[in-house]
Amino acid sequence: MEFFLISLLNGVSYGLLLFMLSSGLTLIFSMMGVLNFAHASFYMIGAYLAYTLGLKLGFFPALFLAPILTGLFGALIERFGLRKVHRYGHVAELLFTFGLAYLIEESVKVIWGLASMPYRIPAVLDGPLFTLYTTSFPKFRGFMMLVALAMLFSVYLLLMRTRIGLVIQAALTHPQTVEALGHNVPRVFMLVFGGGTALAGLAGVIGGAAFITEPSMAASVGPIVFVVAVVGGMGSLAGAFLASLLIGIVQTFAIALDWSLAGMLAAVGIGVTESTPLYSLWKLQLSQVAPVLPYLLLVLMLIFRPKGLLGTRAD
Amino acid sequence: MLEVRDLNAYYGKSHILHGVHLDVGDGEIVSLLGRNGVGRSTTIKAIMGMVDCQGSVKFKGDEMVGLKTYQVAHRGLGYVPENRDIFPTLTVRQNLLLGQKSARRTGRWKMDDMYELFPRLGERADTQAGVLSGGEQQMLTLCRTLMGDPELVMIDEPTEGLAPKIVEQVAGLFEEIRKRGISILLVEQKLAIALDISERLYVMGHGQIVFEGTPRDVRENAAMRKEWLEV
Ligand SMILES: Nc1ncnc2c1ncn2[C@@H]1O[C@H](COP(=O)(O)OP(=O)(O)OP(=O)(O)O)[C@@H](O)[C@H]1O
Ligand SMILES: [Mg+2]
Repeated sequence: MEFFLISLLNGVSYGLLLFMLSSGLTLIFSMMGVLNFAHASFYMIGAYLAYTLGLKLGFFPALFLAPILTGLFGALIERFGLRKVHRYGHVAELLFTFGLAYLIEESVKVIWGLASMPYRIPAVLDGPLFTLYTTSFPKFRGFMMLVALAMLFSVYLLLMRTRIGLVIQAALTHPQTVEALGHNVPRVFMLVFGGGTALAGLAGVIGGAAFITEPSMAASVGPIVFVVAVVGGMGSLAGAFLASLLIGIVQTFAIALDWSLAGMLAAVGIGVTESTPLYSLWKLQLSQVAPVLPYLLLVLMLIFRPKGLLGTRAD
Repeated sequence: MLEVRDLNAYYGKSHILHGVHLDVGDGEIVSLLGRNGVGRSTTIKAIMGMVDCQGSVKFKGDEMVGLKTYQVAHRGLGYVPENRDIFPTLTVRQNLLLGQKSARRTGRWKMDDMYELFPRLGERADTQAGVLSGGEQQMLTLCRTLMGDPELVMIDEPTEGLAPKIVEQVAGLFEEIRKRGISILLVEQKLAIALDISERLYVMGHGQIVFEGTPRDVRENAAMRKEWLEV
């Protein structure tokens, strides 16, 4: 029971972090039709900036500043890069973001070096939040959930309760009509791109401290973020939310469980020994295949329900 | 007020408008007629800067060609798209709010004026626009554009597929619009309405203006109607 509760909390907090990352990707995709391959690179920028700023200013000022700077950088990329490439179509945009991802990775290596950064959780947030019998739940995980929920709530308020949110909602599906009503849609695109990358930056501030800050961090979360976006349904924020939690929880449980097919067969009375054919397959533990599960989900989803959990786009 | 000269428009490589010219004066209702596919919608879109074009579009003396669509809208040109292009997931009230160009600037039309003109919209203010009937959606697109306080509205096929009673209501709205000093450029299939309310009419064929005149000129010129309008 305690194992279940703690793993569930771990799964949810990881899922919420994934959502911070995928919400930006999803917003950008549904609005501009741009599949931003460099999205996870903004996650990395957020982490590195937070580390560097944190050295001078401390963790909490960096928590605010790093996402803002990341978002500004994103807005500049949109304004002077993507917008120019846009007229050559989606393939050109895709290649552009692909190149950008490499460019950012190489720049990070040049500026900060190849080694991982000693970016640590601040002391106040270190240690267990509470302990259930023998298992404890880290404070920082709780903080991660808090930040993600605060972000979710602010984005929701911004989209649902403000005028600019209304413009964004309408421009998601009818950009031309919105512009003909006198709204500066190109600027709205820039804001959405900046906002989406700022969210990725925020995830980086948190994720970098919780996990690791190194030049390959973008490449290692990038695929997962795409899995979330596809499984949730490209362009659906609610879908991305569901898929983030789903993948977060599945991953966390899978890593923690040492179930194997052999074990299950043994439980029903069928013994598996080294002489059984395909022994290594039967012996494979769930925790060993855990990293592959999201991609399995991705492939199955594309085969059986290509529009994703809550997606509306057919293409 | 609006002077279009030698307007050429393109979708990619296909050349759709070949030197269109037309004028709309202060407080005038002018209709643009023609068969399907001759380029009437394209003309309006080109004026709004929504398609690639060359030539000249002067509005209140200023050149519009080269401006961004939202800039053209800010100069006071309103566009009511065809096909009831509402925002289906937003409510009626939110659709109308989006018509306003900024939160501060309120023009000669208020939300309540719209509800007075079309009580149905008032009753359904908090309903998702996507579930409105076709006629109600059409009124919503019109009212949404009026909320932006244009000095000239270009309306693309407002009565298409509407019941006769609603068509009357819409025609009534045009009178109301004119009373408030706004000019109208109307693309309309129903010749009867266009002849009824317009001061002048243009007829298009193959991306060019092939005839211009008063309602009386159109009524008297059966040969032109047969060649360019009747199906
Ligand atoms: N987005 C587009 N891409 C390429 N060609 C287009 C596009 N939109 C319109 N056309 C072509 O341009 C020509 C003029 O179209 P337009 O929409 O202006 O016609 P219209 O006079 O408004 O007629 P209707 O509204 O009855 O179809 C047509 O031949 C049409 O096929
Ligand atoms: Mg048309």
